[in-house]
Amino acid sequence: MRVNKKSLLAAGAVAVIATLGLASCAGGDSGSEGEASSSGTLTVWVDAERVDALQAAADAYSEEKGVKVELVGKDNADIKDDFIQQVPTGKGPDITMGAHDWLGELSTNGVVAPIELGDSAADYLPVAIDASTYEGTTYMLPYAVENIAVLRNADLVPEAATSFDDMIAKGQAAGLTQPFVVEQGAEGNPYHLYPFQTAFGAPVFGSNDEGYDPTDLQIGNAGGEQFATWLGSQGKNGTGVFNTDIDGDIAKQAFIDGTAAFWLTGPWNVGAATDAGINVAIDSVPSPTAEVASPFAGVKGFFVSSESKNKVAANDFLVNYIGTEDVQLELFKAGNVLPALSAAAETASSDPIVAGFAAVGAEAVPMPAIPAMGAVWQYWGIAEADIINGADPVTTWQKLAADVQAAISK
Amino acid sequence: MSTTIDDEVSVETPQKPTKKQRRAANIADAASGGLKMLLAKLLMLGLVDAIAIYGVIILASAEQWLVAAIVAVVAVIVNWIYFSRRKLPAKYLTPGVIFLVVFQVFVLVYTGYIAFTNYGTGHNGSKEQAVSSLMASSLQRVEDSPTYPVTVVDQGGTLGLLVTDPDGEALLGTNDEPLAPVDAEMDGDKAVAVDGWTTLQFGEVVTRTDEITALAVPFSDDPNDGALRTPDGSSAYLYLSNLEYDEAAGTMTNLDTGTVYSDIGTGAFTSDSGEELLPGWQIVVGFDNFVRAVTDERLAGPLVYVTLWTFAFALISVASTFFLGLFLAIVFNDMRMKGRKYYRVLMILPYAVPSFLSALIWAGMMNESFGFINQVLFGGASIPWLTDPVLAKFSVLLVNLWLGFPYMFLVCTGALQSIPEELQEAATVDGAKPWAVFRLIKLPLLLVSVAPLLIASFAFNFNNFNVIYMLTDGGPRDSNAPIPVGFTDILISMVYKVAFTGQTRDYGLASAYSIIIFVIVAVISVIAFRRTKSLEELN
Repeated sequence: MRVNKKSLLAAGAVAVIATLGLASCAGGDSGSEGEASSSGTLTVWVDAERVDALQAAADAYSEEKGVKVELVGKDNADIKDDFIQQVPTGKGPDITMGAHDWLGELSTNGVVAPIELGDSAADYLPVAIDASTYEGTTYMLPYAVENIAVLRNADLVPEAATSFDDMIAKGQAAGLTQPFVVEQGAEGNPYHLYPFQTAFGAPVFGSNDEGYDPTDLQIGNAGGEQFATWLGSQGKNGTGVFNTDIDGDIAKQAFIDGTAAFWLTGPWNVGAATDAGINVAIDSVPSPTAEVASPFAGVKGFFVSSESKNKVAANDFLVNYIGTEDVQLELFKAGNVLPALSAAAETASSDPIVAGFAAVGAEAVPMPAIPAMGAVWQYWGIAEADIINGADPVTTWQKLAADVQAAISK
Repeated sequence: MSTTIDDEVSVETPQKPTKKQRRAANIADAASGGLKMLLAKLLMLGLVDAIAIYGVIILASAEQWLVAAIVAVVAVIVNWIYFSRRKLPAKYLTPGVIFLVVFQVFVLVYTGYIAFTNYGTGHNGSKEQAVSSLMASSLQRVEDSPTYPVTVVDQGGTLGLLVTDPDGEALLGTNDEPLAPVDAEMDGDKAVAVDGWTTLQFGEVVTRTDEITALAVPFSDDPNDGALRTPDGSSAYLYLSNLEYDEAAGTMTNLDTGTVYSDIGTGAFTSDSGEELLPGWQIVVGFDNFVRAVTDERLAGPLVYVTLWTFAFALISVASTFFLGLFLAIVFNDMRMKGRKYYRVLMILPYAVPSFLSALIWAGMMNESFGFINQVLFGGASIPWLTDPVLAKFSVLLVNLWLGFPYMFLVCTGALQSIPEELQEAATVDGAKPWAVFRLIKLPLLLVSVAPLLIASFAFNFNNFNVIYMLTDGGPRDSNAPIPVGFTDILISMVYKVAFTGQTRDYGLASAYSIIIFVIVAVISVIAFRRTKSLEELN
């Protein structure tokens, strides 16, 4: 066959198709990073920052049990949605790292398999086990417990505050106009305000022996109204302690600059403060009432895919490897978040910062993982922001409760 | 054509070719690219075929027959086209058509398909997956039951569990045979082997995961005592299930309450009282999503004013950016202006920064208490740029103007420079004022080339998610609305909030909305394009 001059173009076109073919094979056939293989390889999706921390455990497991463990670093923001979408197609990983408040969504979508912790369940912090359980079934192997606490600039205020008013007074005595900062933003930030809400005795949901009960909405009770009234008195038309213009960055800057002595935030911000040379002490959240101010606890852990072809190896790897003190401590070093295993938590608490967060965490309650919580988040922050900005507290709060109720029973 | 010359050469020169003929042959060879090109072409096609065959094998093993067939047919057609001596247009068109199908047609068709399903949270997979997931989560460990150390054993392909009970006695059972005492070989406190059965090593346990997952050894003859299952191959726990699936009737029965959940065609097992067991599965729901998009009272109220604002936002954005861009283009097109080059570069700057980045920066600058604009430009005034409903709309338009005018400036500069100077000179000689020259001559000529771009710009702004999401996220929130919609939300950002925020996703509804938006934009574009045709008669 003679080749005419158009062959050059033809070849170019063929090259394009080849690329396309490759692309479609990569996209269509093997999913993105990991296809659940029939045997011999466990694919684990891990938050990209923790790949190194897990690598040693993965290698050790491969060596001992002959099952290859492939760690795939993923952007934390994409893991949940990718997992939900890929598992039903049979792609997806065998195991994924995640947070306990995904549980309701994962379970409702049928993409997670139960995990039996057996007798080792008693070795974990109780809040971690509570958070890993959904409707009475355990789905997650916990590795870290995270909660917010008050960071105090110990050079400005040497002693911990005994109550909310005491905190403001101590800060003002140190010559600060805005002693306490907490991130809010235009749509509010109920996660950071929750400790104060619990101090007034207004949890979001009541609970039964299977965990939070979505049919028992508690947010609008009398305590909730008291909290709303108090919040309004600390807002724009009151003392101005809470301000929706203060977002995460502004709060951080105020604390780092020393213009605020108290900062209600999580362990993820401690590094920024100590790097800036602030002498940080960790205090429990000063309560505006006589009751304890309990923040939400967020628990991180690992889930097994319901479509995994390697469930036995996956369970073995999680319960008997990730659940050991050494691995939990490795993960602790990567993220500086309190380990979920009691023994590891004790070791990690030799660090005063970690011990401080752990002490506050002992008072924390797990963030509800039930899907009904989604309806709460939609309205919660905006109602709080309205109250801070001067809306009538009680009516705004009652409307919040009514909106949430309507959205749940929809 | 080179082939014709080539034929002449080979047919009509049996003897030694003349100089002229040799030259002709050389030209033909050079034009055709010669042997190397042929090899390259074969290599490329070979690569394509290899990939196609690999794809077909993978797809066939996944039992995706339709897709496998499509890949095979496309591969055959591609070979046929490129090995043919004719089909010249096809050779040019094929790659483009394939791209078009993969990236445009497929996406459209798939979005259309999703719009007719209930795909979303709780309806995420197939019915089989829903059943197996429900069955797995219905297993409850019997309270206070001990942990049983187990060894997985095999006899002629039947798996059994060799269990050591808390008293140290060895028991053996299979899926069909309840646990019974056996004489077993012990390793410490754990029974590890028994006569007549092969002990499975961990590697074998892993390869037979499916069988082991399905292995439930009845504790006794009474099914109410539960069954032993081993999640990891080395310890077993006693489980009771509180759900029973009747495959023939297609019903789930809750054994605790006796409630029967049946498949009533809604994509989930539903009880008589309407209570659904989730997860459910995906089904085609027809026009339900479209009906819901316009009739659901929670959505329909906000939908009206969001739609109005979307039109206002798109129209004002196009108009404001166009007129500012045009004004600047005219100014910088004037020969009397000095340093035009530098100004033009400055004008393009907003265009060079990714829009979502600049939108975020603007959001920071417009912060009521701490933003640059209030602190520096307005001397510490607290102007609620982003938190007052009216001002927020103004801010969104302002930022979009800042982001959008450089494009219009570029387009208008190009279009203005293509209008002959003579027209203006002639008009001036005839005594026309500058404004009249602009309004009656330049603007109509400009619109001929710019109008289609304005329509495209309208379509773009109609779906300008970036600016809204990054600047205000639709806020300030309308606290009276039953869904989390704000005063600056446009349709696309409202759809995003309805379908993708919170813990319940509704892909079906989102797709239905996308199609509705697509239809709106398409209708407007078609009408607008028809009207602009009249402009072209000017030429």
